[in-house]
Amino acid sequence: MTLGTAGLAAGLLGRPAAPQPGSRTVILSTTTSTQDSGLLEVLVPLFERQTGYTVKTIAVGTGQALALAARGEADVTLAHAPRLEQRYVAEGKMLNRRLVMYNDFVIVGPDADPAAIRGTPRAVDALRKVAGVGAGFVSRGDQSGTHVLERALWKEAGLEPARSWYVESGQGMGQTLQIADERRAYTITDRGTYLAFQRRLALVILVERDRPLLNVYAVLEVNPANGPRVNPQGGKAFADFMVAPGTQALIKTFGVDRYGQPLFVPIAGQSEAEW
Amino acid sequence: MTLFWEGLEQAARLVLSRDAEVFGITLLSLGVTGAATCLALLVGLPLGTALALARFPGRGLVIALVNTGMGLPPVVVGLLVSMLLWRAGPFGALELLYTPAAIVIAQFLIAAPVVTGLTLAAVQAIPDAFRLQMQALGASRVQLVAVLIREARLPLLAAVMAGFGAVISEVGASLMVGGNIRGHTRVLTTATVLETSKGNFDRALALSVILLALSFGVNWALTWLQQPRRR
Repeated sequence: MTLGTAGLAAGLLGRPAAPQPGSRTVILSTTTSTQDSGLLEVLVPLFERQTGYTVKTIAVGTGQALALAARGEADVTLAHAPRLEQRYVAEGKMLNRRLVMYNDFVIVGPDADPAAIRGTPRAVDALRKVAGVGAGFVSRGDQSGTHVLERALWKEAGLEPARSWYVESGQGMGQTLQIADERRAYTITDRGTYLAFQRRLALVILVERDRPLLNVYAVLEVNPANGPRVNPQGGKAFADFMVAPGTQALIKTFGVDRYGQPLFVPIAGQSEAEW
Repeated sequence: MTLFWEGLEQAARLVLSRDAEVFGITLLSLGVTGAATCLALLVGLPLGTALALARFPGRGLVIALVNTGMGLPPVVVGLLVSMLLWRAGPFGALELLYTPAAIVIAQFLIAAPVVTGLTLAAVQAIPDAFRLQMQALGASRVQLVAVLIREARLPLLAAVMAGFGAVISEVGASLMVGGNIRGHTRVLTTATVLETSKGNFDRALALSVILLALSFGVNWALTWLQQPRRR
């Protein structure tokens, strides 16, 4: 937190970014999977109505979303890569990181389950089994939040997957699921995308609910010193909106009508140490 | 295969019900690409004709550059235009990034070399004897250019169609400089990419069908203009 405050102070004392008191446009950089969930299509128009701001949502890969923000090409960022986000906060590029919600990842694979991981309580153990039999595994391979989480799991398992059974799609979650389906391989996916693609896939959920599989979303404000023309008031307004009680209530029920279960669990205000 | 029929069905439904969002996206596609193509013609036709007729040192190099420009990767154009229009970029103050104007700029840069290069080839293809004949008959420079353009009408309209085709189908640059923002910069191609990534294949196919129909309509009109009428 002190590093964040230092970043803010540096921003105020440092290069005089031209403040835009009148700018009614807010550029929100976020990730493709956040956009694909459809949540923003509900929340963004509501924010625009409530505040009169116009939001330009730029949905790209996590790496790009944060890199754009670090260059001042955005005003606020919504992402789900905590370690990467914390690095940017430590560097003073992003300010006031606040938790918003989480959804969860699941390990999916063919029903035949050659590595016998079905029901394994710990994701790390499941991955060890996959590596043990050399069963096919498809990775996002694109520095997305999903990919970062997957790499962290392999690291914790103390394994470096061999190229013979491990492939990187370099693409979005939907395409990656389809590749895994075609190859009857395992993959890690967020529950939302899996639900959206379920009727087209033969893959089934084999491992779920382990703590490291939780995917935490946070909203971060862009340091005005990152570039000219940053709109810090607009960015802060959107960030405040994401953690506001009304918005959190909306997040809690999002997805129920389409999937019969909510996609996200709101966690604004909870202790950072927990996450 | 049922997916194809679902896509066609949805396309028909979206068009007949005058779905507001799809209508908006289609109109934006037409507007942005139309503007970019017109600008490309305004620059490319005279430039190509001038290059074909003029003689100056370094002409060969310029022509080689134009021909390279025909194959310019759209995604590279997108990246470069983004960097120019970024807030921190040289034209950041214009606040053009993530607006339809930015897409027009990028598409213009992609289409202009195509039109220039094909115009150049079309005019060069006219036999020298024809040009000499016109000049012998006393044609002024303006009259000469007008007559050459009419003579090269077939390949010139092909140049127009090639320029249009290059940008109506463009997606990489449009995504980067436009941002695919709903209601602002979402065009048919970028919307198709989005629907595909969400797994809505029937909707993606529907948008593809509409895009193809749009492109066919425009090209049909241009072909009618291009082809000689047999009486």
